Amino acid sequence: MTMNRRMFLGTTAAASAVLSAPSVLADGHAKPRVVVIGGGAGGATAARYIAKDSEGAIDVTLIEPSKAYYTCFFSNLYLGGFKDIEDIGHSYGGLAATGVNVIHDWAVGVDRDTKTVTLAGGDTVAYDKLILSPGIDFVEGAVEGWDISAQNAMPHAFKAGSQTELLKAQLMAMPEGGTFAMVAPPNPYRCPPGPYERVSMVAHYLKANNPTAKILIADPKPSFSKQGLFEEGWNTYYAGMIDRIGPDFGGANVSVDPAAMTLSIDGEVTNVDVCNVIPAMKAGRIAELAGVTDGNWAPVNAADMSTKADPDVYVLGDSAQQGDMPKSGFSANSQAKVCANAVRGALTGSRVFPAKFANTCWSLIATDDGVKVGATYEATDEKIAKVDGFVSTTGESAEIRKATYEESEGWYTGITSDMFGNAV
Amino acid sequence: MATELKTRVKVPSSASAGEVVTIKAMITHPMENGRRKDSEGNTIPRSIINRLVVDFNGQNVIDVALEPSVSRNPYFQFDAVVPESGEFKFTWYDDEGSVHETARPVTVT
Repeated sequence: MTMNRRMFLGTTAAASAVLSAPSVLADGHAKPRVVVIGGGAGGATAARYIAKDSEGAIDVTLIEPSKAYYTCFFSNLYLGGFKDIEDIGHSYGGLAATGVNVIHDWAVGVDRDTKTVTLAGGDTVAYDKLILSPGIDFVEGAVEGWDISAQNAMPHAFKAGSQTELLKAQLMAMPEGGTFAMVAPPNPYRCPPGPYERVSMVAHYLKANNPTAKILIADPKPSFSKQGLFEEGWNTYYAGMIDRIGPDFGGANVSVDPAAMTLSIDGEVTNVDVCNVIPAMKAGRIAELAGVTDGNWAPVNAADMSTKADPDVYVLGDSAQQGDMPKSGFSANSQAKVCANAVRGALTGSRVFPAKFANTCWSLIATDDGVKVGATYEATDEKIAKVDGFVSTTGESAEIRKATYEESEGWYTGITSDMFGNAV
Repeated sequence: MATELKTRVKVPSSASAGEVVTIKAMITHPMENGRRKDSEGNTIPRSIINRLVVDFNGQNVIDVALEPSVSRNPYFQFDAVVPESGEFKFTWYDDEGSVHETARPVTVT
């Protein structure tokens, strides 16, 4: 798909009406207008809930460049062979059927004075409330030798879709006894257990198809999410295959050469066959362009996810600097419902409930061996604050681990229908 | 041990004479303490690294006895004085009789 291509789904006439309308704000037109940028776990959920619950009282426009959305969550299961790529792909037809005007284009600018969003195609869209849920971008220069032009030689695969398919193809093409390397990211980043679930899934694939292959992880972090659980699993299923080099032994002092396919850790150069570089992350670019970021992320108020910079601009999910919640699809979905409730309240006077949040991150270590970590949260004046949490324990029975995995499959079905609606 | 052990050490490549440097040494090892049971209820036999010796140019720097309660992948960090150019030699002793060695040179500038 080209950058400038624009597509309407479903209610084309309604979408055109919004686009062709002049930039008149709430006092000059019949319905308040909400524009959502980014159609992932945060944006799709927010758009759907506002459209569904306002029953036509609010015009909702979703701007998302991709016509098919591949969830980053469960994309590791595709690498491991537990899911097909189609299983994690979703369309926006259900949202259009709910009354959301879906515009497939890039948002390239936000003017907070005139309250308009500029699209790559040249059109502008006016808003009364703007919700940004643009996920992540990568910090430039984070890994020496790597930039976005190297993403085909050394994929990040931390935005799901073609990158995930590329990484899988490279994994399958590895020579016998080859080396799969991962450069793990520093905190904070999208999906804290994600890199380690990925290692588990890659190991699962290699154990069956290329059992003498090795996995090398260069990690700038001294410890990581669910570490005890992952290391127990790696020792049980993939003993001797996985080598993680932490910061004590140079895991933070890394450079790559995508042309030569080498990874240098603390000056020691290793030839690798696949190199999954996951650089340091920051808020999606549009949040920066909108001027609501401070450093790498966008600070928000916990009660409604409005930004500290502008009460009419909200940021959800990975891009938000909100406090204690991890950057996960579950978190974004949870924050979106709080935000949708608050935005409807502000625009139509509907009842606003106190903000409550929840998150769970499931990870699959091997067949039917699932683990999880999660918590509930509340809004305080300072941040989204953790209330209480839970985590799987080492040495759990196979029955519990299988039930945990099955629970994650149920969650996946639930959250994707919560995001996209059930149609299509 | 079915799986190969990996040793990993970090020593500065150069130092000034008499400088105190930080040295790190790790070996990947399950460190079975001899008290755990497998899923059939059988005791998993003890299998640990029981000793780590570090020498510099033939002179002993540290000599450590490890006991069964030491956790997996035992990791040591210590400071040492470097009087001259030479080589740090690291030797790990396994319960099963095997010995794992690695060495790192230091140049005094």
